[in-house]
Amino acid sequence: MQVLWSIGLNSAIILLIESVYAMQAVDVYNITKSFAGKTVVGDLSFSVAQGEIFGLIGPNGAGKTTTLRMMMDIIKPDTGSVTVFGEKLGETTKNKLGYLPEERGLYKKLSVLDSITYLASLKGMSKPAAIEKANQLLAQTGMLPHQSKKIEELSKGMAQIIQFITTIIHDPLLVVLDEPFSALDPVNTELLKGMVVDLKNQGKAVILSTHQMNQVEELCDRILMVNKGRSVLYGNLVEIKSKYQNHAVLVDIEGVLGEVEGVTGKRDRRGYTELLLDDSTTPQQLLERLVGRGLTIKRFEIASPPLNEIFIKVAGGNNE
Amino acid sequence: MNKTTVILKHEFIATIKRTGFIILTLALPVLALLGIGVIRIVSGVITPPAEITKIGYVDEAGGFDRFTEQGNISLVPYDSSGAALQALVDKNIKEYFIIPPDFLSSGIINRFTTEKEITPAESTIAVTKRFITSNLLTGRISPDEINLIESPLGLVTTILTPSGDVAPEQGGLSNLLVPGVFGILLAMSLSFSSAYVIQGLGEEKENRLMEILLSSINTRQLITGKVLGIGAAGLVQVVVWVVSLPLLLNLASSSIGGFLSTIQIPANFLVLGVVYFILGYLLFAVLSAGVAAISPTAREAQGLAAMFTLFSVAPFWFFSFLMLFPNSPVWVVFSIFPFSAPVLVMLRLGMVGVPAWQIIVSIAVLLLSIIGGLLLAGRLLRVYLLMYGKRPGLGEIIRSLRHG
Repeated sequence: MQVLWSIGLNSAIILLIESVYAMQAVDVYNITKSFAGKTVVGDLSFSVAQGEIFGLIGPNGAGKTTTLRMMMDIIKPDTGSVTVFGEKLGETTKNKLGYLPEERGLYKKLSVLDSITYLASLKGMSKPAAIEKANQLLAQTGMLPHQSKKIEELSKGMAQIIQFITTIIHDPLLVVLDEPFSALDPVNTELLKGMVVDLKNQGKAVILSTHQMNQVEELCDRILMVNKGRSVLYGNLVEIKSKYQNHAVLVDIEGVLGEVEGVTGKRDRRGYTELLLDDSTTPQQLLERLVGRGLTIKRFEIASPPLNEIFIKVAGGNNE
Repeated sequence: MNKTTVILKHEFIATIKRTGFIILTLALPVLALLGIGVIRIVSGVITPPAEITKIGYVDEAGGFDRFTEQGNISLVPYDSSGAALQALVDKNIKEYFIIPPDFLSSGIINRFTTEKEITPAESTIAVTKRFITSNLLTGRISPDEINLIESPLGLVTTILTPSGDVAPEQGGLSNLLVPGVFGILLAMSLSFSSAYVIQGLGEEKENRLMEILLSSINTRQLITGKVLGIGAAGLVQVVVWVVSLPLLLNLASSSIGGFLSTIQIPANFLVLGVVYFILGYLLFAVLSAGVAAISPTAREAQGLAAMFTLFSVAPFWFFSFLMLFPNSPVWVVFSIFPFSAPVLVMLRLGMVGVPAWQIIVSIAVLLLSIIGGLLLAGRLLRVYLLMYGKRPGLGEIIRSLRHG
């Protein structure tokens, strides 16, 4: 009896732990939002897991920012619901979020340190803790020498770094970044990308909203592609890309390629050639044929289309 | 510390650090100090000199030869108008007058002076009058009777309660002065505080801070913290003014200082003053927040807010009517109308008193307006704070309030 009881308890604990880990950071169910009779977001559903970078992508005006605002409880959806860590958004849940909106700014007359500590205190941090963490993040981003400057004295890029610091200072479990790299130079873009990856490695959920597809390809695990407020692609990025593969390989070959069996077309890319294969030829067979010809192959890679192309393919019909 | 308190503290410090706030807080005492200085300089210049002023006269009627020394003015008789004119030209006298032979029937006295003036100086008129009266009446009636004729009325009023007892408040200038000054301070701080709320929210809107704030707090916390923080700063401003006022008045004149010491502010007036101050401020502040929400810039919001802040100063435009017809039913309506109530009730309290039922109704209406204003402003903030660019029309606002 005691053994049975013990087994039951253990199972319950395991179930509890599993359910905590299984709990999504965000669950969005069928949200819609219209302004002046125009549907901006229509019946959108998705979820974001902890420890992943989730890309919310789409062209300008696709409804990305409106979706994020509904997630943040800044505007209410007309229908549908949003839960964050299994709860409706309230004061306590807001403290678990870090949000860098697209329309962002800071108090121009306040100093860098005062701006960070004030916004951190609105997330429930004590002043001494906020100052300590602010100094640590300022040092990490190379902004420590500017901590006493007023915000109006900073460049746009520097102000954006400060805004990023205010977004993550309170150690949020979910970080939502709306076009986070828009005003940054390449050096600062790399700095912030590194910090975003660090957040993921710490087990935090990151939502990255952008229209710059290359950044999504570089950083995101899963994506939701929206167009005109509706979901057009949703899922694992690698799976999506493999699904939209156009049966081609990228090769960089020394010498003249000439006609190859199974290749239906050739496209010159920068520094390499894309070979389109017929349905009966696999990349493995093509590689054997090329090696058999005695060609020096410097690069051989299965081509996956850039997200841009996938988007145009998927959303093209809708845009017409 | 909860989030509303964090916002309250931030807004309080941000407001009292504003250059505009510091200038305004100090401006009133500094301007008053300057005014006192100017008055002192001017009064020093125009104060009659201590030496004797000589006024000539020609007595053609006869019998006007006594009482020629009147304080600092000495009346000098001349035999003819020619002699008096020569003395004036020679600057031996400041002016002269002629009492014509038919003075007793005509009552006319001709005065000649080289000074350019609109009317004769009060002192000249008083001295001439006393000189004529005294000379005419001396010997006919007693000196006491002469004094009584010269200043016939010494009116001493005692205000009684309806039951016939002597009322604790005896009215007069002091009863008008305290509510008047309080009303002015109230109207000023209502306008300024409303401007600070607009400026604060406008800046956050213009600096694109709203979305960042609303991801940490809700609109209710934002409005409450802001309104209370700025209100506390406004209170500091009023306290500085109220404390500096008696000091400045004492400095201005010892007689004013003496007068001030006689003023007694009834406890009920003080309590009502504080109540109306707080309620008035809350109403104007929450409505200002709503106006700031729908306006793209702080400047545009100030223009819109002027519509209701004007009501707070409106009682001063009709001040003379208020004094002439203090019991008109018009004032009852405006004492209940929430925008004009705070200042008007204060003014009426000092003048004629306000029945208890009117005070209760006006406070109740103010409270309901504040609650309504808070709900309205909260909804407007939620709908419009993230909209930049053009201001929505009235129809659009009503639609959003219904559906937002």
